[in-house]
Amino acid sequence: MATPAPAIPDETKESRPKTKAAKAKENLTSPWATAAAIIIAALWTIPTIGLFMTSLVPGDRYRTSAWWEVIFDGELTFENYGIVLFDSFGDNTTADPLLGNLINSLVVTVPSVVFPLVIGMMAAYAIAWIPFKGSNFIFVTIFALQVVPLQLALIPLLRLLGPNNLDVAGEFPGVWIAHTIFAMPLAVFLLHNFVAQIPSDIIEAARVDGASHTQIFFRVIIPLSLPAIASLAIFQFLWVWNDLLVSSVFGSTATYPLTYPISTLAGNYGTTAYLVPPAAFISMVIPLIVFFSLQRYFVRGLLAGSTKG
Amino acid sequence: MSVISGLGPGLPQAGLGGDFWSTQASNITLAVIAIVAFIAVVGIIMFGADMVRGRLRDKVQLVVLITPVLALLLIGLIYPALDTVRLSFTELVKVPDEVTGINTVTNVFVGLDNYIFAFTDDTMFRTIINTVVWMILVPLLSTGIGLAYAVFIDRAKGEKVLKSLVFMPMAISFVGASVIWGSIMYSYRETGNQTGILNATLELFGLEPISFLTVQPWNTLFLIIILVWIQTGFAMVIISAAIKGVPPEMNEAASLDGANAWQRFWSITIPSIRGTLVVVVTTITIATLKVYDIVRTLTQGRNSTDVVANKMFVLSFVEQRQELGAALAVILFLFVIPIVIYNVRSLNKVKETR
Repeated sequence: MATPAPAIPDETKESRPKTKAAKAKENLTSPWATAAAIIIAALWTIPTIGLFMTSLVPGDRYRTSAWWEVIFDGELTFENYGIVLFDSFGDNTTADPLLGNLINSLVVTVPSVVFPLVIGMMAAYAIAWIPFKGSNFIFVTIFALQVVPLQLALIPLLRLLGPNNLDVAGEFPGVWIAHTIFAMPLAVFLLHNFVAQIPSDIIEAARVDGASHTQIFFRVIIPLSLPAIASLAIFQFLWVWNDLLVSSVFGSTATYPLTYPISTLAGNYGTTAYLVPPAAFISMVIPLIVFFSLQRYFVRGLLAGSTKG
Repeated sequence: MSVISGLGPGLPQAGLGGDFWSTQASNITLAVIAIVAFIAVVGIIMFGADMVRGRLRDKVQLVVLITPVLALLLIGLIYPALDTVRLSFTELVKVPDEVTGINTVTNVFVGLDNYIFAFTDDTMFRTIINTVVWMILVPLLSTGIGLAYAVFIDRAKGEKVLKSLVFMPMAISFVGASVIWGSIMYSYRETGNQTGILNATLELFGLEPISFLTVQPWNTLFLIIILVWIQTGFAMVIISAAIKGVPPEMNEAASLDGANAWQRFWSITIPSIRGTLVVVVTTITIATLKVYDIVRTLTQGRNSTDVVANKMFVLSFVEQRQELGAALAVILFLFVIPIVIYNVRSLNKVKETR
């Protein structure tokens, strides 16, 4: 976390004729506004720093001392991370080390990013560029499905994936299918917004040259849509990595990602409570790396989906 | 696989046996095979559709492109949602078989019974009220603070870093955020010195420490703050982009006319970004509705903090009262219907003007 955060892109650099200094002067003139901004920034940062510091407090001091006292005594240690990752998490005899859940998180997340992206891309192109009856109806329906709380679909879908039907509930394929389905509305919506903005000249020219839809899809749409694909991939990665509901319902001990053991132990005030902060921090490291290194694309994707309609 | 197990020695071994590594290796292999097979199948079908000649080709390709998404949505969202609605009007009844005496379980239509129970039972009704409070406060606070922060830091020195700080919680899971707030900020001890940041601060000023997660009714508010902490960055980034889209000439003209910063904010900035504000509020409202992770992780709904999303999970998957859970899910959906209608209408308006 020591690397400086890459900045969020400034979308409107060119629309600023005035010098930076003049603009800055004009805006942050009120000392109250500056103070408020600093307070908000601090409030939004202190909790995460606090978690990291607490994760370094040794187990025998966790209960009695706050991290700032432990810093003063110079007793901070990375030992907790070793225990949580490689030894055991929660219970010294039976619970698996968190490394297993960390790998599960990856095994759950990567296919759950790839599948909806591919399927969503295909649908986005078809809806945006192939004229057919009902395309508008399909798009509006998909848009509306975005707001269906997925709780509404859990029980029947579980029955569908359960032992009497597909029999993949509790296994990775079951979790992948559930994540893929729940990602579809947003994926199609965001990708469609982007794909629909590709200049029609390009696609018409390709059609005139006799290109089929498959050829246009692979040779024109995919290369031009890489920014949208990247942003949705990050979005979906964060969503799946951070998910608890879908993985608790459709998964099992063999597939639980990091969020599951952490959530069950977070309310535990037993002898292993000191392992919860390092575990939580481990669960954040990978999304934070993805987030800060690809923030630029992520923000662009958010904006594509929310400011254009 | 040998490469992976080679990592074993040298690390503390208690939990990492040979079984552990072989399971992990086969899981990873499964994921890789699934991805490769998926892409191969899609590729083969797409190029298969390309082999078709003549007029049929366009139609075949359209079907190939759009069938997967329609199938997934029908099977995975539309049918299950309808089935949940049906389930919410039924109840499981055990009927003893006349001959054997063994109970068989059947679904019986009970009309609105589950809904009536949801609105008359104390804990259930409390859950619904809590959800409404979440749905009102989270979008308002996140958008409000996000807007204020975006305005305060607009064109300030170090704006990008300042944005990143507030945006960062977006990347943190709800579970991680719950741990942060539950054991770092809100932590409370009856005796001895306080280890939680907030209570230690209160102590510093000579105030009584607060048991944030059990003090009713404020504990719901303290849980809400966690979600606000997560969502504000999202609101701020989008609002900030919208603010930068406001033509600077408008602000300059207004200041020449003698408008102060506050007047410019209300009569130029806010009207110009109204559409964006609506989108942000809508998105956060929907996200709020689905959130169950925070309650589940920190209070499990104890001390009157339950919300519909968590209660429905408990009813359906712990207490095996799926019909009641289904009714709650439908109630949850009824809450968002106005949002759906509003958004579909504005979407259609945008499409017309395109």
